[in-house]
Amino acid sequence: MTTPERWLEKHNRKLLMDRSAPGRIGASHARLDVPESELPDAALLRDNLDMPEVSESEIVRYFSQLSHYNFSIDHNFYPLGSCTMKYNPKINDEMAALPGLSEIHPFQPEETVQGALKLIWHIQEILAEVVGMAGASVSPKAGAESEFAGMLMARAYHLSRGDDKRKKVLIPDSAHGTNPASAVVAGFHVVSLPTNEQGNTDLAALEAAIGDDLAGFMLTQPSTLGIFDTNLSEVIQIVRDAGGILYGDGANLNALLGKVKLGELGFDVVHSNLHKTFTQPHGGGGPGAGAVLVSERLLPYLPEPHVTRAEDEDGERFSLTTPPQSIGRLGPFQGNFGALVRAYAYIRTLGDVGVSQISEDAVINANYILSQLRGTFDLPQDRHCKHEVVFSAKNLKDNFGVSGKDVCKRLIDSGIHPPTMYFPLPDVVEESLLIEPTETESKETLDQFIEVMKLIAKEAEEDPDLLLNAPHNTPNTRLDEALAARRPVLRWSRD
Amino acid sequence: MHDTTATSHYSPNTDSDREAMLAAIGVESAANLFDDIPQDYRFPALDIPAPLSEFELRQELGDLAALNATPGDYACFLGAGSYRHHVPAIVRALAFRGEFLTSYTPYQPEVSQRTLQAHYEFQTLICQLTGMEVANAGMYDGATSLAEAAMMAARITKRNRIVLAETVSPAYQSVVHTYTQGHDNLQVDVIAADGSDIPEDAACVVVQQPNFFGYLNDLEEMASRVHELGALLIVSVDLASLGMFRAPGSYDADIVVAEAQTLGVSPSYGGPYVGVLACRGGRDFLRQLPGRIVGETVDTEGRTGYVLTLQTREQHIRRERATSNICTSVGLIALMSAVYMAAQGKQGLRHTAELCYHKAHYLASLIEDIPGYSLPLQGTFFREFVVQCPLPPSEVNRRLLDYKVIGGLDVSDRFENGMLLCCTDVNTRGEIEALASALAEIGANAS
Repeated sequence: MTTPERWLEKHNRKLLMDRSAPGRIGASHARLDVPESELPDAALLRDNLDMPEVSESEIVRYFSQLSHYNFSIDHNFYPLGSCTMKYNPKINDEMAALPGLSEIHPFQPEETVQGALKLIWHIQEILAEVVGMAGASVSPKAGAESEFAGMLMARAYHLSRGDDKRKKVLIPDSAHGTNPASAVVAGFHVVSLPTNEQGNTDLAALEAAIGDDLAGFMLTQPSTLGIFDTNLSEVIQIVRDAGGILYGDGANLNALLGKVKLGELGFDVVHSNLHKTFTQPHGGGGPGAGAVLVSERLLPYLPEPHVTRAEDEDGERFSLTTPPQSIGRLGPFQGNFGALVRAYAYIRTLGDVGVSQISEDAVINANYILSQLRGTFDLPQDRHCKHEVVFSAKNLKDNFGVSGKDVCKRLIDSGIHPPTMYFPLPDVVEESLLIEPTETESKETLDQFIEVMKLIAKEAEEDPDLLLNAPHNTPNTRLDEALAARRPVLRWSRD
Repeated sequence: MHDTTATSHYSPNTDSDREAMLAAIGVESAANLFDDIPQDYRFPALDIPAPLSEFELRQELGDLAALNATPGDYACFLGAGSYRHHVPAIVRALAFRGEFLTSYTPYQPEVSQRTLQAHYEFQTLICQLTGMEVANAGMYDGATSLAEAAMMAARITKRNRIVLAETVSPAYQSVVHTYTQGHDNLQVDVIAADGSDIPEDAACVVVQQPNFFGYLNDLEEMASRVHELGALLIVSVDLASLGMFRAPGSYDADIVVAEAQTLGVSPSYGGPYVGVLACRGGRDFLRQLPGRIVGETVDTEGRTGYVLTLQTREQHIRRERATSNICTSVGLIALMSAVYMAAQGKQGLRHTAELCYHKAHYLASLIEDIPGYSLPLQGTFFREFVVQCPLPPSEVNRRLLDYKVIGGLDVSDRFENGMLLCCTDVNTRGEIEALASALAEIGANAS
């Protein structure tokens, strides 16, 4: 039976093509101010353009009505581990939209874009300083593309030394899935390394895996378990002695700003996800931006274009250059400039003092959650964490039959976005809940979260159905993902 | 004077909050939480500038922006893969709502239906516009879409030779080389644009439509030749042209790639943009398609909803056996282009394409009449065309700045003194005529 709720639900789900009515337009049309030219041969022209015809006000209402179907940082606490969902300052968006930054064309002559190049050069310098590296490229458009670029540089470095046997890359089993995928796209084969009980790299396994075919080791610090590898100095020594390149995945850089510089520890390449640490908004899954930072020995291989600075009696001048043994272009242009503007605005706002304070507060907040939920959920590594903490819902699963996923779905009913679930992978931590509060949340918010998590754990014992059927207050209950994969419906079509 | 004690207005923690939390954690100071970092390397100084207030930041970035010559202040005739258009106000107003701007990848579908439905709209509208059966939710940009499409074609055909027509954008060609360099088995060949010498073992043939120099090709015959050899036809298309020109689906393209920046996104000095990757709908294509895909399904109450689907192709499940390492769909920019396509709609897309066409042809007709300038190419162009100048294009461009004009792209490596000019809906008649008269003066002073 149709109820008002069902009716509204159906209306909201009506797609643009079904909202279309012949003759409507959604934007003003500029008039032609030049003489018309003859149109080309009809064989080249299309005879049908089956696109929606919807008025402006209808489009605005459609997309606005869908708004309450989404959780977001602006509306909800979003402790999604490994994603660093911190507050995204509004001023950054305004700065990126300045016409002098947003309207400039990527092929403008260098002398007409000195401001843009200067900004890129500064962000290269600042990021290299923060991570302790010799140089940076900000042309990667995401973390994964930085990984790819970094591994291509490792490849180019080995090949330039005539060292063409080095095809093997070691990656811990706790690593993000992009690490092995990026290494493979760069032409390597991957060997997965186990993590030991303390959450550190298993040194014996590492020793056993190295050899003269070792190209490099990709390590995330702090790891996706939220902890700093206390074997790190030994790991670095072993990899370097074996002639490998040490890759640092800086996805978790939010824990390390002003606390340690990975370059000083001996990493050869580190990438930073500007959409995590440096507040480029995630936008429902991108755009991101990646910086790839390198040690001295990898400088010649940086992607092109690279921004350089020269100074003479006329003042400073910035240029787009090609490093001597560059791995080439990652995209047609200079990278995600709009994201660089935001990162720059953020770093300049915080300054030296503020940037170091980020990591201190992020780490305090995560450890506070750890201390308050210890005993309620399993804690596979009970030691100080960095900016995120991994719990396991294994106790709830074994005792009451509710999974980590059920806990996450129930959390939604409280208006809190779930933590990352089932990552790190189940072979590393069963029923994992990876919680990253970030430094932009107040103690009051953390206390609310802690209280809700305790309530949910209690519900798991007393009324598990509440979790098994959650969420209860969202436009959709749990969705049939198996059906979606079995019978793919990937676009609107006319019935 | 009163001095604030907070270090940042973005973090709520006060000293007493920190003390309370550190006490609950059971450590004396925050420094204890970093004991696991090797002592010699702990707490390095950061040599970065001191903080700026919001007021100072505005000045700083305003000063940087003022160092640039901004299209709008200058007439600008650059295209070549990044295009300026009028963008309706609703594009930004809707895309920049916090619910979308500050949400993450929709891994929790119950609280991400807005994101998912918007992705689904993008996939639908791209299919409608290109005439293809399936599109993914977005790639980094048009060039990486092309590189991924070429590698996808190699996996589908189980062949290793990627063939590029020489009239594919040089920057896109470079990106294909970057993306394939680690794969010793893959070979990249460049052939003449007429497709007369396609190698028999080609996995795919990549053509650009209109080509990099702005001109359209009849691709029907090309498609049948490519298919006879058992290869796939990949078309890198200018989406704005599809308001008036035939859709690649209608001439039997297997995979279509494109840069969706031209649909409602500002040039922003090269990014962020969003790449399109659309293809045939068979399982053999779907299995090899990289990137995110949103699919329709139902919830436990039978209501329609959307989820990320076919995820077993992706890196977070498949790791080293994934179809690609990509982990983003550039959702925000895809949403902007979806809103743009909706706002323009059936009539606006055609209208805008015709504006580009007529303005570019008007400019071309004026330039053809200027002594010393000529159009070296014949055929039908859309909104870009090559002009042969009486001076090196770099010199012409330098002089054009005095007239407050940003000229075209220097393509003198392909055509003697060649310059690639572009007109879109935002180039007014005044700008077009100013460019023509400036070129005439520059030409007259050249000899």
